[in-house]
Amino acid sequence: MKLFRIRGGIHPEYRKEMTAGKAIEPLPMPALLHLPLQQHIGAPAVPVVAAGDRVRKGQLLARARGEISAPVHASTSGRVVDILPFAAPHPSGLPQPTILLEPDGLDEWTDLPPPLDPFAAPREEIARRVAECGVVGMGGGTFPSAVKLDLGRKFPIDVLVINGAECEPYLTCDDRLMRERTAEVVDGVRIMARALGVERIVIAIEKNKPEALAAMTAESAAFAEIAVVPLPTRYPMGSERHLVTALTGRETPARKLTADIGVVVHNIATARAVHHAVRLGRPLISRVVTVSGRAVREQKNLDVPLGTLVSQLIEFCGGLAEPPVHYLSGGPMMGQAMPGREVPVVKGTSGILALTAAEAHERDTMPCIRCGGCVTACPCGLVPVEMAQMIRHEKLDAAARIGLLDCLNCGSCAYVCPAHIPLVQYFNYGKGRLAALQRDRRKQEMTKRLAEQRAERVERLDRERKAKLAAAKKAAAEKQEGGA
Amino acid sequence: MISTHDISGPYAHQKTSIRRTMALVMVALLPATLFNLWVFGWPAINLLVLTLAASLATEAGCLALAGKRLPLFLGDGSVVLTGWLLAMSLPPWAPWWIAVLGGVVSVALGKHVFGGLGQNVFNPAMVGRVALLISFPLPMTMYVAPRPLFGAGSPGFVEGLSITFGGWDYDALSAASTLGHVKTELARGVALDQAMGGTDLMALAMGTVPGSMGETSAVLLLLGGLFLIARRVISWHIPVSMLGALFALATLMHWVDPARFPGGLYHLVTGAAVLGAFFIATDLVTSPVTPPGQLVYGAGIGILTYVIRTWAGFPEGIAFAVLLMNAMTPLIDRWVRPRVYGRTLRGEPLPPRRKA
Amino acid sequence: MLIAIGSLTLLGALLGAVLGVAARYLHVEGNPIEAEVEALLPGSQCGQCGFAGCKPAAAALVKGEAPPTLCPPGGRAVAMAIAEKLGVSVSFGDQEELEPEVAFVNEDLCIGCTRCLKECSTDAIVGAAKQIHTVIAEVCHACGKCAKVCPTDCIEMRAVPATLATWHWKKPRVKVAS
Ligand code: SF4
Ligand code: SF4
Repeated sequence: MKLFRIRGGIHPEYRKEMTAGKAIEPLPMPALLHLPLQQHIGAPAVPVVAAGDRVRKGQLLARARGEISAPVHASTSGRVVDILPFAAPHPSGLPQPTILLEPDGLDEWTDLPPPLDPFAAPREEIARRVAECGVVGMGGGTFPSAVKLDLGRKFPIDVLVINGAECEPYLTCDDRLMRERTAEVVDGVRIMARALGVERIVIAIEKNKPEALAAMTAESAAFAEIAVVPLPTRYPMGSERHLVTALTGRETPARKLTADIGVVVHNIATARAVHHAVRLGRPLISRVVTVSGRAVREQKNLDVPLGTLVSQLIEFCGGLAEPPVHYLSGGPMMGQAMPGREVPVVKGTSGILALTAAEAHERDTMPCIRCGGCVTACPCGLVPVEMAQMIRHEKLDAAARIGLLDCLNCGSCAYVCPAHIPLVQYFNYGKGRLAALQRDRRKQEMTKRLAEQRAERVERLDRERKAKLAAAKKAAAEKQEGGA
Repeated sequence: MISTHDISGPYAHQKTSIRRTMALVMVALLPATLFNLWVFGWPAINLLVLTLAASLATEAGCLALAGKRLPLFLGDGSVVLTGWLLAMSLPPWAPWWIAVLGGVVSVALGKHVFGGLGQNVFNPAMVGRVALLISFPLPMTMYVAPRPLFGAGSPGFVEGLSITFGGWDYDALSAASTLGHVKTELARGVALDQAMGGTDLMALAMGTVPGSMGETSAVLLLLGGLFLIARRVISWHIPVSMLGALFALATLMHWVDPARFPGGLYHLVTGAAVLGAFFIATDLVTSPVTPPGQLVYGAGIGILTYVIRTWAGFPEGIAFAVLLMNAMTPLIDRWVRPRVYGRTLRGEPLPPRRKA
Repeated sequence: MLIAIGSLTLLGALLGAVLGVAARYLHVEGNPIEAEVEALLPGSQCGQCGFAGCKPAAAALVKGEAPPTLCPPGGRAVAMAIAEKLGVSVSFGDQEELEPEVAFVNEDLCIGCTRCLKECSTDAIVGAAKQIHTVIAEVCHACGKCAKVCPTDCIEMRAVPATLATWHWKKPRVKVAS
């Protein structure tokens, strides 16, 4: 299949060899699970259990609230200990409401919904089941998958792209899934295509995963609608928009979705979760996580019950070989720093990395030498050096005008910068600040409206009171007159 | 110590640094430099050493004045490169004070007046060269014919010192550079083929001709330049557009009047064309950051160089052309940008796809 | 040389004349900009800026007698909007973040006097006589008038804590080596 050119990008050190050969191992059930109510983009889930309740594996713990949300299920059977604020796997480390579940060791399933025959059931039924099972984008995006499977009703979708690029360094969980759970993944893919009503499926895999490519090609040979496409190894090939452009030549307009150009993209692990949800009625309660980085003694791929603390994963991997400078959730390019090890694995945790100082290679920032490396590396055609400068001088609107909001935070620019300027942090700050200002502005408008309404009301009441007073006076006067 | 979680991603970085970038440029300069040191002998070696020393000393002084960390900034390599390029653009037997003055002017006025590394608008080495050229036109245009080291006619070490510090007999030894020679002859009304009589394009390309210390060996410089492009220190845009514009314009004029205007190839191999295209115009700090901007900038230098060489008072115009385009760089960066993904060239979102 | 000096002088004189004429003809009487600035202010007449209300504050701003940061409830957004309108620069000095605040009623001390309720210009406080009052945080714009009138001092202004939705990365500390 012909691929289309995309600009920029980098060739980072992939360091996948540490875990690419490691088969997926199940992690033993920990003594306590921490299940945050928000493991997805959208509204947090609403608990339907209370402290003390006994629950069974797969039972609903918290239901979705509204259109864009996802429920949370019990990763095993046990007792709900409490619902309390607990540190999120997020750089801020801010606490968020979390269900504490104490496993009872029985691992006893609840009554699951009956299996669905995806090719006989109505299409909406598939999306409904996927929503019910709490499946979200497992590449790290964590957008509720059911919403994306429903896009076929709003947009004319003709291609389903399955993102097996796994272009982030270190991560090999999708690679392992494609090799070890090939049939489940391919079945999930076909179910998703059916839900979307598309006839064309492209499974895109970077060439640095030859075994996965071979396995997936063999497995999908039976299905004419599936094309397995080897991608050149380049970061950020797995960026949704760029992947779509490379495969179809279509470019997503700014501030729009890939669905606007007829393509929906799903991730490998998500496909498998969809398979489980539809064929077995199983909710999303565990996921495969790559534990890597040279600070970890033994790097592994683990099948982890959601809610397990990161410290337990590291312990299972033989503990630390040396103190890390960063704990990351996800890959080193777009992953998030975690405040420490005592945070839970959630639906979007594709990797847990403990990086040594040598790996991160952070250096003192020097002055920019205008080398243009960041411009060449940017896959979006932005001029990072200029945006960063504007943001440094608080010229946020100017930065937005030259594309700050089109930046996808891929980090290619900061990766290549010889002056070690934290470009992406400038962009993060700029975007956050712009959003805060936007919120402020909205609040200002509301304040104004409310103040005006109140002023009007006060005035009206005043007028009415005066009118009444005048009327009373008049009446009194008339009465007197009448009496006289 | 880097504190851990107040730094956002990415948490992986290329093993690159300013020092490394500068070192690569030096590696690329090395063959041509060594060749020319051999060609011009001890006085040239003295010149290089003196220029480097003066530049380093000035940098150290300026850094100390600005209260910056000396080891970190002196070690970034940028000043060595500035001094080096300046020396390459001086006449090989120039006296010691040219070297010292050039180093001081380049680093102090060309770089630190603007705020130091990364802040300067003009290429420091070219600021130094042009200041010298305007102030001391005579010693700045006194070239010698090649006298390979250890060969007949090459001054020995002691003699070299006396040339550098005591001067030499311009009348007896000086030789005009090709550009200078052809220009004066043309100005005297000599026809081109006569004026160019004896110019050997091959010798010009190899570098065994009179000229500035490091500019003569077009072939070795080209090799160094290609190395830089291969290592992605510079991109091809500036050299190609600059040499392309120079070549195209020269060829055009040659076609218009072959008796007065030398051809494209002549312009490419003479003077500092190749040195300028790969090492001077591409100076990272003072050239535009975006590839399309670099094309505009390079073409501008090529055109200006041709215009100055052909119609202005100086035989060589690269330094002036580079400085002029340096001044345009902020404007170019502002107006010439890549297309943003998902947007048209003018920055509007792309039109939505229509269902076929 | 002479020609150059002459032409530059002429150019300067011409441009100067054009500017002078433009200033004369484009001058406008009255100050519509005052109304525009007032429109940018919250309009709750809280008086925290030290002026009697938003209108006098706008007048002072236009005259340059008050800095664009004068409005505490308006925060950064308002300050920046004003600065842009007036074409002045705005400096936030050390108060890098004007932390958003909301009023908070200490329910142990509230006696249900309803005074704050009457004072609030955005109806952000709910309660009735002899009942404990509470503040609707989304509506409160932190003007602090309620805190001033409370007879038991039970209202305090508290910083709004960041949430996962509002948290964002700090600007990189300028760690440029020097
Ligand atoms: S890569 Fe770094 S040094 Fe180079 S232009 Fe960009 S910000 Fe400046
Ligand atoms: S982080 Fe943004 S600016 Fe930097 S390379 Fe990626 S898209 Fe471009």
